[in-house]
Amino acid sequence: MNNIIVMPMMLPVLIGIILLFLRPYVKTQRVLSLLVFIANISISIYVLQLIQQNGVMRLDFGGWQPPFGILFVADSFAMLLVLSSSVVAAACLIYSFSSVKPSFEKNFFYSFVLFLIAGVNGSFLTGDIFNLFVCFEIMLLSSYVLIAFGGRKRQLRESIKYVIINVVSSWIFLVAIAYLYGTVGTLNMAHISERIAEVGQTPMITVISVVFLTVFALKAGLFLYFWLPGSYSVPITPIAALFGALLTKVGIYAMFRVFTLLFYQEQQITHMLIGILAALTLIGGSIGAVAYKDIRLVASYNVVIAVGFILVGLAVATPSAIEGSIYYLIHDIIIKALLFLLVGTMIAVTGQTRMDEISGLIKNHPLLGWLFFLTTLSLSGIPPLSGFIGKVLIGEGAVAAGAYVLLALAFISSIFVLYSLMRIFLTSFWGETIISKDEEVPVKKGWVISTCILALGTIALGLGAEPMSVYIQDAAETLLNPQIYIDAVLGGN
Amino acid sequence: MKINNVILRTVAKLVFFIILTLAVYLFFAGHNSPGGGFSGGLVLASALVLLFIVFDIETIQKGLPIDFKLVAAFGAFLSVGTGFGALVFGENFLTQAFDYFNIPFFGEIELTTVTIFEGGVALVVVGVVVTILLSISEDE
Repeated sequence: MNNIIVMPMMLPVLIGIILLFLRPYVKTQRVLSLLVFIANISISIYVLQLIQQNGVMRLDFGGWQPPFGILFVADSFAMLLVLSSSVVAAACLIYSFSSVKPSFEKNFFYSFVLFLIAGVNGSFLTGDIFNLFVCFEIMLLSSYVLIAFGGRKRQLRESIKYVIINVVSSWIFLVAIAYLYGTVGTLNMAHISERIAEVGQTPMITVISVVFLTVFALKAGLFLYFWLPGSYSVPITPIAALFGALLTKVGIYAMFRVFTLLFYQEQQITHMLIGILAALTLIGGSIGAVAYKDIRLVASYNVVIAVGFILVGLAVATPSAIEGSIYYLIHDIIIKALLFLLVGTMIAVTGQTRMDEISGLIKNHPLLGWLFFLTTLSLSGIPPLSGFIGKVLIGEGAVAAGAYVLLALAFISSIFVLYSLMRIFLTSFWGETIISKDEEVPVKKGWVISTCILALGTIALGLGAEPMSVYIQDAAETLLNPQIYIDAVLGGN
Repeated sequence: MKINNVILRTVAKLVFFIILTLAVYLFFAGHNSPGGGFSGGLVLASALVLLFIVFDIETIQKGLPIDFKLVAAFGAFLSVGTGFGALVFGENFLTQAFDYFNIPFFGEIELTTVTIFEGGVALVVVGVVVTILLSISEDE
């Protein structure tokens, strides 16, 4: 009986529904939603321990045995991501307590944040590919609502684009699942993997895998990221942080799951394609990050670069590269949330969005300035912060696989990350203070607390690399040996 | 201008009950054959929409003072609640139970928890469909 592994998804759903009834009671809503995320953090830590002891866990919904019923599967990879998404969600929630207008709070803001996180966690945990689609939809439907909170003209324009892109890609997703079901006759991911292993990965199946790649590339912003900078720069700050931290990561997660568990046999085709796309993403993202003066766009292009970087690890697919990718994925969830919150705070304090219109912030806001500096260092991979180990491991893997072009692009992109953020730091935080203290919007306590939590997170992740490595190695081992996952799901029947 | 729609109103009052009967039939048929909470709920919602079209919105809302958003929320709560109900009995999440009961007059009847789940789905569908239509019609 592993009912606990359904909680990271169902607890937010249940509380989200209850909050619909508590519409006027904003305080209660805040407390309940924060409690949910704290509960999720503890549950995921507990489940991680259980997985260390007993191996991969599964829960058959309604007692229907796989491959007939749908099920949740918790391996270390999924639970690590659930843990980091819960931490980020809690921090963003604390930020939104002091930044979201009361009129939004009374219009189901917290319910939809909870539903969003439910969809994200469900996508990480599900072991059924159609259920993955459903969880994607839960996440996307809530994100459609959240992106439009505020109702400014630019926001509505970008959200229409966002909705259309995602509806189209969801449709392709559905078509891909239909093709796959028509070919192998099952939807349970472990069962699909077993069947594909039996018949070998025929050209037909490879084509289907490329359709899946297209879908996830659209969702994750791998090369098909044209919609991303616009959409991620318009929502209110805590929502932008949640989007930047989590939504693309779900696409990346799906790509890792699908290309290590299901379509792992024709790596010279699929993984080479991923490698090419990752390289193009790194180049495009780097150019975007240095091209704009709007700090929200710079932050959004940094999301794009990270997507390319993480998928370099999947493309070379050596053990250390996969480990590095997992490490970098967790790091990036935390640090992107921090980056978006800091950028949002800068804009809230000054009322300006272009970096050349903001100057000398560090005089009145030393903490904000140094936090931004810390984020810059962490993102560019300076030890002992959390970006370092992921970069080293991916680099090591790329050298071992002889993928020198990807290696070079990945590390050159780090320099672009460093340059794009240092430019913001130098122009906006240093220099002459042009806004006097009384013209500024004062920094609120919730902003400081939430950003400090995430900053501590990146430091802890960097310093705690050694204790973390147990879980990350386990996660990488499960990804590289699909049999472990298959045995956990189909064994014991 | 006042349109004379006596025939429409009279027919609608009758048809309303026919649609409701069909909705209830579909809802219970769904246990073992095509139908169920979703289709039953849609038909139920269409009956309500017919009333909203034939009579005006204010009249119906006076006679039926329900916030349909809360109807949807309550339905979702019921459905999710049956999932969590299984945990109380130490079963897997979403496990459903059924048994046969002898009830006077009706005789032996199969009672299932999945009916509660489906009822929740029906309420969600009714709530959402009516909310969508009302919000569209409110748009000036």
